[in-house]
Amino acid sequence: MTDPVDILIIGSGASGGAFAWSMADTKMRIVCLEQGDWVKPTDYPANGRDWEARRYSDSDILPNRRQLPADYPVNDDNSITKIATYNAVGGGTVHYAAHFPRLHPSDFRVRTLDGVAEDWPINYRTLEPFFTENDRMMGISGMPNDPSYPDHTYPMPPIPPGRSGTRFAHALNRLGWHWWPSAAAIATQDYEGRAACINLGHCLPGCAQGAKASTDITYWPQAIRAGVELRTNCRVREITLGPDGMATGAIYYDRDGQEVFQPAHVVVMAANGIGTPRLLLNSKSERFPNGLANSSDLVGRNLMLHPWPVVQGWFHEEMDGQRGPIVSIWSKQFYETDLSRGFTRGYMLQFGRGPGPVGEAQAGIESGRMPWGEGHHAAMRRYHHRRAHIGVACDDLPEPHNRITLDPVLKDSHGIPAPRIDYTLSPNTAAMMEHGIARATELMQEAGAHTTTVSRTVLNYPGHLLGTCRMGTNPATSVVNEWGRSHDVRNLFVIDGSVFVTGGGVNPTSTIQAIALYIANEMKQRLDTLFD
Amino acid sequence: MSNTLANPPPSWGDPTLTDAEKRTLAAMCARMIPASAEFKVPGADDPLIQADIAKSLGRDATAVHEALALLDRIAGGDFAALPVAKQDEACATLRAEGGMNLTLTTRIVLQCYYRDDRVMISLGMEPRPPFPKGHVLPQGDWSLLDPVRARGKIWRDA
Repeated sequence: MTDPVDILIIGSGASGGAFAWSMADTKMRIVCLEQGDWVKPTDYPANGRDWEARRYSDSDILPNRRQLPADYPVNDDNSITKIATYNAVGGGTVHYAAHFPRLHPSDFRVRTLDGVAEDWPINYRTLEPFFTENDRMMGISGMPNDPSYPDHTYPMPPIPPGRSGTRFAHALNRLGWHWWPSAAAIATQDYEGRAACINLGHCLPGCAQGAKASTDITYWPQAIRAGVELRTNCRVREITLGPDGMATGAIYYDRDGQEVFQPAHVVVMAANGIGTPRLLLNSKSERFPNGLANSSDLVGRNLMLHPWPVVQGWFHEEMDGQRGPIVSIWSKQFYETDLSRGFTRGYMLQFGRGPGPVGEAQAGIESGRMPWGEGHHAAMRRYHHRRAHIGVACDDLPEPHNRITLDPVLKDSHGIPAPRIDYTLSPNTAAMMEHGIARATELMQEAGAHTTTVSRTVLNYPGHLLGTCRMGTNPATSVVNEWGRSHDVRNLFVIDGSVFVTGGGVNPTSTIQAIALYIANEMKQRLDTLFD
Repeated sequence: MSNTLANPPPSWGDPTLTDAEKRTLAAMCARMIPASAEFKVPGADDPLIQADIAKSLGRDATAVHEALALLDRIAGGDFAALPVAKQDEACATLRAEGGMNLTLTTRIVLQCYYRDDRVMISLGMEPRPPFPKGHVLPQGDWSLLDPVRARGKIWRDA
């Protein structure tokens, strides 16, 4: 057993990094346990000629494909959307696209505005100062005064639209649809020790330049300098509970496989929308036989994954290919509810660039556009660097049957039960997807694409893991309160995407981190009464 | 719990190809992507590319072994020994029946083929990794946003 710490954070990703940095100024003893390790920028695929191949091996977004020692398996056979995670210092921010939209004000009020799901116990204005602080810490690029948001600014100018973004922008203007440069966690200028983006290519497998803001290079260096201890290669097995109903700490396996108990006065879950409920469900006790903090039976339920159909288009003219960040511009034309469309809520159109040669050739051969044999070379030259795509980011509302449970058979390398995912599309989401596919196809054709294809769900795995420990004021209908504290266990907090009440139709990292900073601030304001 | 892997685990399959498998693979690759004088590129059966493929099976080793075995079965025992016309017939059957094993095998072939210097140059690419030189992304004209600004606010007060 080691000495007790004041705060024990489980997970060092988007939320854990932000939270640790914010709490560091309390001078409390703070330890974070991370099951992965530091990843060196020199290890990222962009350093090598095999960069594209590694996206399908050790840098794949799917843990079931990567199978690295830091990964735990996920049974997602019963989910149309596969689970993307990354387990390392920085977590999913190492492997995300760095698209950085905030949730919209309406996303927090879906019951009041649209009569569906539940309202959040907090709102956009609650989070606004934390959005701003997080934008500064992460170093966000973007264009101020987007008409689809309340006014806000960014520390850096936006990513260039390039050939594909410009082509889409003209088409959007002809259709009279909203568009705006994407906010991105990518430095477009030298920023706080990070070098500006030099367009290495798709940003998902980690940025060798350090232009992409992952928390291992933003929050963590500052948190560690301020005294936070980050222990890597430490996989937590369970959160322990004392006879008084308070969490007492965590049992984990260290880098040598030794079992360690780390006592703590406060335990903070930051292991993402899959890892956090998995760990709580694995933490059973006499008081909580169905998992820690689960008197509501909502731990693991209401999983939202953001179904993400993609429309691909090929043009006669050269596009950007892989030669730039994947994100360029977004459209919120169909974001807010319009019941005449046949569904509630809405979606964002996210405009992206194209693949490298391997991705293009693979897709071409699979689709039959590129033959085997003599014709392969000419066909490849018709398609290579001539593709762009539009993603449809759908607001899948919470449904209790979409959930995480513990798989009865599958276990990780330490014998800890793995998560099982059950996820289906609601009729509302399915209708939204089809509307988005139709509009994206219309736009692609307006932009001049000579060939378009649609991928509804297969291979589109955004890795947005939300809603599985949602926040609320009613202990019967939520897992944590409006500032992240468990209703059941008063020194247990959840600060990651699990607390989302609804998912919105945007990439969630900006909001996840704003919430983590907000909860840290609430805790600091309430230190004298934290457990009351 | 490292984020790198020193050795492939046994569950990925034998990472080495037998000599017979290498012959089958090379013959299949020659039918998939033949050399082209017009485009100044080698075929995927080029010895350098084949050597790259042979050491790149990784997570898909089992799939490659099974795809090659299927191709030999379709060919009646030895695909590489067939005349070219018969090889093309066998490849057509493989493409119909190969499933995921063929998809993964094809991807490995493409991963190695499209990182070959000669092939990248033919495509107009510099034969180098993305870092540290990067790429140039054309700057845009943000005055294109003027009509969007003119239409005004579209977010919903809540």
